Amino acid sequence: MLSNILSSTLKKTMLALSASLILAPAVTQAADVNSTGLAVTDDTVTVGILHSITGTMAISETGSVQAEKLAIKQINDMGGVLGRKIEYIQEDGASDWPTFAEKAKKLLVNDKVAAVFGCWTSASRKAVLPVFEQYNGMLYYPTFYEGLEQSPNVIYTGQEATQQILEGIDWAAETKGAKKFYLLGSDYIWPRTSNKIARKHIDKLGLKVVGEEYYPLGHTQFNSVINKIKLKKPDVVFISVVGGSNVAFYKQLKAAGIDMTKEKPLFLTISVTEDEILGIGGENIEGIYASMKYFQSLPNENNKEFVKAFKDMWGKDIVIGDVTQAAYLGPWLWKAAVEAAGSFDVDKVREASPGIELTTAPEGYVRIHKNHHLWSKTRIGVAQTDGQYKVVYESPELIEPDPFPEGYQ
Amino acid sequence: MFAEYTASELTSIFAMQGFAGLILFSVFVLMALGLAIIFGQMGVINMAHGEFMILGAYITYLTSNLFAEYAESLFSGYFFIAMLLAFLTTFVLGAFVEWSMIRHLYKRPLDTLLATWGLSLILQQFYRTVFGAREVGVTLPDWLMGSYPLTDLIEVPINGIFVMVITICISVGVYFWMYRSRWGGQVRAVVQNREMAGAVGINTEKVDRITFALGCGIAGVAGSAFTMIGSTGPTSGQLYIVDTFLVVVFGGAASLLGTIASAFTISQAQSTMEFFLSGSMAKVLTLLVVVGILMLRPQGLFSLKIRH
Repeated sequence: MLSNILSSTLKKTMLALSASLILAPAVTQAADVNSTGLAVTDDTVTVGILHSITGTMAISETGSVQAEKLAIKQINDMGGVLGRKIEYIQEDGASDWPTFAEKAKKLLVNDKVAAVFGCWTSASRKAVLPVFEQYNGMLYYPTFYEGLEQSPNVIYTGQEATQQILEGIDWAAETKGAKKFYLLGSDYIWPRTSNKIARKHIDKLGLKVVGEEYYPLGHTQFNSVINKIKLKKPDVVFISVVGGSNVAFYKQLKAAGIDMTKEKPLFLTISVTEDEILGIGGENIEGIYASMKYFQSLPNENNKEFVKAFKDMWGKDIVIGDVTQAAYLGPWLWKAAVEAAGSFDVDKVREASPGIELTTAPEGYVRIHKNHHLWSKTRIGVAQTDGQYKVVYESPELIEPDPFPEGYQ
Repeated sequence: MFAEYTASELTSIFAMQGFAGLILFSVFVLMALGLAIIFGQMGVINMAHGEFMILGAYITYLTSNLFAEYAESLFSGYFFIAMLLAFLTTFVLGAFVEWSMIRHLYKRPLDTLLATWGLSLILQQFYRTVFGAREVGVTLPDWLMGSYPLTDLIEVPINGIFVMVITICISVGVYFWMYRSRWGGQVRAVVQNREMAGAVGINTEKVDRITFALGCGIAGVAGSAFTMIGSTGPTSGQLYIVDTFLVVVFGGAASLLGTIASAFTISQAQSTMEFFLSGSMAKVLTLLVVVGILMLRPQGLFSLKIRH
């Protein structure tokens, strides 16, 4: 019985090997690598880029678009995917969630793109999710987000909440001896979920949360919460404020006489990347810590090359934040999965995705988990006046993604 | 809710929050004055008010860059020049917008709403094209960023004081302009009876233009001042617009005193509640109270009886 199976497997392998040997010199025919009618010809394959380039989210999503275009260009310079150059169709989600869904449908149904790199906010991802599931598309989603989701049609290249948060809190507790935490965020799903996880973890460590506070998106007056922080005297203020509110918060913090470099309290953010610091001003945020998987200043060789290529393409003054790097991974992970599958078919790419690894990622080594998130390291950086983070800590091991963390919900 | 604090802490809380409320009050007045002039005196709802503010902020950004590049020794004083330039630019743009767009729509107030909203979209995209989609960081002179410690807990932010001083200066200026000058008399005459004002020789078109431009100019100064406390990006103006309308409507559209009273009420209520409740809940309660009062008094806190 066993020998039968073995020999039949062996035969199949032999057949596959000989087939690939015969076909190896010539480029495979379009029909062989594309049985579902995607936009693949003998020398091109079309993908979609779907981000907001107008509207309020354009601030954040611009970097992702640039990173994806850079990755596509580099892949094409290396000869493309399965011998085919990547062409892209870019659509504008216009910071409007129904528009995202409409454009996603257009890309999948009319343009028959092989994969889509896009979305930024959770709201836009939730809006396109049913479209991707109905028409069986593949979305590479770059943003760190709250978790609690796992779709067969999405590869999440950013960190889910536990990867980012637990390491940050452990670090503050161990290295800085923090006992009392103050949680502060913008009022929507990501900060609320993140703080829920943070609170559970702080409880588990036997430490204390002395305050938890949310402000509406776009809020510009933080004097009250700054006063509260002064009174409650936490050791760590854990911050997930987003967008323009960030600028207001840090400027007012500084104006209120709090010197962030003194670390009393220590400010630990999960939302301010180098991109945001451009608007805040390095001198206003010097001394805060961030817990993320990527900083532009990471000293490894992959990253040096990436930063150089990025600046060559988009200008020397540009900065690269966590999400931009995650967006850059999208096309590369897709390429690797397509080549492993030997096909552009979405079902085959999906099947091939778990276990796909990238040794050339700017953040270092990453690998796709079977839950479609990435194994990644978490780093702690401290903000400098020049708007860059200096890395002060790196998790020793890759952290397993856990989008449905037990005991944290 | 009070139990967790000691008596001396409570005193500090009320002092600090009262002061935070005063800063918020100044910010509200500064935001709302320009809108109140345009809305109150001309009946035009200027949806692009926030974008005029951001234009002022961008002018400040450009001025700071110029000074950093060419006149670093004078950098500590650039803010005053930036405010002046912000005022002039937004004033001129305001006059142009009135001439090219608003004056054709005086008889169609709802259309001005749409037209100015369109204008706000155009301006946003213009900023995005020129300055990029990302927020820009405005570098401030050091003397504006510090604070002055009164006690261990109470520290007075200098930029807060600065905003207050600007607000007082502009409010007093507007008061004299509206109620003590010949111009102001003409503006009020036009508001009360356009035909009669025209008949006695007032150039009503010119009055309209200057009024609109002045409202925009004040928005520009406000935007310039807000670079100290907020963000400067293509869509940052949207962050202020709701609060601005709230203040103006609650105060009574045609009354400058009403605007100030309403800004004071809302800011103090909000900052006091923010301390004891969460930020979002404070906002919700503030809005509920405002809605409640407006149901009982649709004309707002203060109103002038005028015949249209």
